[in-house]
Amino acid sequence: MLLKELTEASGVSGNEKEVRDLIKSTLEGYVDHMKTDGIGNLIVYKKGSKPGGRKLMIAAHMDEVGLIVKDVDSSGLLKFMPVGGIDKRVLVSKAVKVGQQKLPGVIGAKPIHLQKRNEWSKVLDMDDLYIDIGASSKEEAEKQVSIGDYVAFDTPYMEMGNGTIKAKALDDRVGCSILIDLLKSDIDAEIYGAFTVMEEVGLVGAGPAAYQIKPDMAIVLEGTLCYEIEDLDSHEMPTLMGQGPAISLIDRTTVYDRSLRENVVRIAEENSIPYQYRKTSMGGNDSGKIHITGTGCATTGISVPTRYIHSPLSLISKSDYHNTFKLVEAIVKEFEKGAI
Amino acid sequence: METKELLEILSNGNGVSGFEFNLKNEVINVFDRYADSVQVDKLGNIIAHKRGSGDGSVKILMAAHMDEIGFMVKDIDKKGFIHFTNIGGIDPRTILAQEVVIHGREEVPGVIGSKPPHLQDESEQEKSIKMEDMIIDTGYEKKDLDQLVSIGDSITVGRKMVSLLNSRVAGKAMDDRAGLAALFEAMKELQNINHYPDIYFVATIQEEVTMAGALTATYGINPDIGIAVDVGFGRTPELNSSNSIEMGKGPGITLGGNIHPGLRKRLVSVANDYNIPIQTDVRPGPTGTDARAMQITREGIPALVLSIPLRYMHTSVEVLDLKDVSHTAKLLAFFSASIKENEMEGLLCF
Repeated sequence: MLLKELTEASGVSGNEKEVRDLIKSTLEGYVDHMKTDGIGNLIVYKKGSKPGGRKLMIAAHMDEVGLIVKDVDSSGLLKFMPVGGIDKRVLVSKAVKVGQQKLPGVIGAKPIHLQKRNEWSKVLDMDDLYIDIGASSKEEAEKQVSIGDYVAFDTPYMEMGNGTIKAKALDDRVGCSILIDLLKSDIDAEIYGAFTVMEEVGLVGAGPAAYQIKPDMAIVLEGTLCYEIEDLDSHEMPTLMGQGPAISLIDRTTVYDRSLRENVVRIAEENSIPYQYRKTSMGGNDSGKIHITGTGCATTGISVPTRYIHSPLSLISKSDYHNTFKLVEAIVKEFEKGAI
Repeated sequence: METKELLEILSNGNGVSGFEFNLKNEVINVFDRYADSVQVDKLGNIIAHKRGSGDGSVKILMAAHMDEIGFMVKDIDKKGFIHFTNIGGIDPRTILAQEVVIHGREEVPGVIGSKPPHLQDESEQEKSIKMEDMIIDTGYEKKDLDQLVSIGDSITVGRKMVSLLNSRVAGKAMDDRAGLAALFEAMKELQNINHYPDIYFVATIQEEVTMAGALTATYGINPDIGIAVDVGFGRTPELNSSNSIEMGKGPGITLGGNIHPGLRKRLVSVANDYNIPIQTDVRPGPTGTDARAMQITREGIPALVLSIPLRYMHTSVEVLDLKDVSHTAKLLAFFSASIKENEMEGLLCF
């Protein structure tokens, strides 16, 4: 499955090359035009049989949260900073891959035996953590690693449970994968696809991408918040895994166009595709820039519920993936017909 | 078989304290290659016997524990999430967003869930999460999971061994599969070295919880010398040099009440004779190793401890240097060969 290759590729914000190259080679022959713009967005164009109509942009971001090396200490251990929003508590006792050559490393922690009483109840700060690549000296580490090298989590893709996928970076390789599936399908539609950079560090790529495309309407595909651990009321759970694509209402960057959203819901119902609303105003996505670029455009956010995002691992349901694809496909067809 | 290959099998294998039977076949297969006989005792210790050139009256017991720290299923809630507790000492800060395997009716993969930062307020990340507030998510609903997993099943972290620079590797259960690898290497060395004493290589159970395995195995074998081969705290910036040992510089040779001074003197002189690097590890009282149990078995057994330097002990990324495993193995072999007929009494004299 392409999602395995996509999620196992390293693409920490600002370092999306591996992901971009993979998407480019996958789409070769399936689109009419592809270009990488000046800041690394991959913009693809599929003209369909009736080109020149209203412009539909579909966006998914290529980047993922991760780390960046900021120093090599005197014993050859690597100090780092986060790239994107990461809870420092999820970093302890993990395996990572450092730099272009994907050098294996681990983030360890002080043995419990040598801790003072209740030391484990104090959170370890990012500055207390470091990556051990096995180097025995600073010089040796510096032969392999440079300050500024990006660090990605080392989490293999795996299918588990009842149709569940575990991988890193499902936010937003799942969006990339659905967009790729759509572009590779036999759908007859004119589509501008934008695989954007640096969403996780402030929606950097989306604005310039939208500026080039000047869309009349945009769909943003995401892997979004899903949190069901605590016993919360249904209104407090952002999304539920397995209940279909989540349609955005409002988040920190966009108040989604109401009539477009109602159209999306209508299309889901007409096609018997399960859906849910994204019931949180937290988080944001590329829509935040796309809907205000140039003279602006209506956007809709459609997401695959993704548990444990921004950690070394995340989970999605395959049924949500397929239903999200079906919904997006149906929206594109309606847009092509002029029904939206 | 190379040490690295063996360690990979052992560290990726699963045997939480009390559930060592999961690892039984791997250990027996390894011991069988060079031992004269291999048997499993009543509690599950695996004992390999290698006869010496003598009459079998002088016996050395070398133990490494085969159990690892892990977890146990406490409950499956209505949403299908598994609630769990620890077996052995685990810092709860090391397990958030960790992959695990539940050893139920079949091996069920799962993940320890974490709350996305978007839904947290600033202060939340300053609070350490208690183990009882964490859950394992398997992607199954309760009705399906109930068919696969029961309360009481053991759980291990799902970490595969990682090769780092130099000859260092990281894995979830180097404590004390590294010791088992050293025993295996020592056994191999002793194929070509004449040794007077009989040697019993023991993979002990439950060191991390009760040391039950070392107690009963030592009682059964009744050795003249008991040696625990375990791991010691590998030096990292947050540890003092006084309570840690350096990576790649040979095993720590423990000094203190748990250790027989005469035997230790011999061990150090053998290391010097064969240019095997060693370090000193000071533990005034009983050590946290099988030697603690050996020393007080029957009328008391003179004991030694060799510690392979290990960073990040009891996390899923325990790091060791394979050179230290081989130094440890050589020292065990040459030490055993140094014990001659009729010298035990003098050696053990205080």
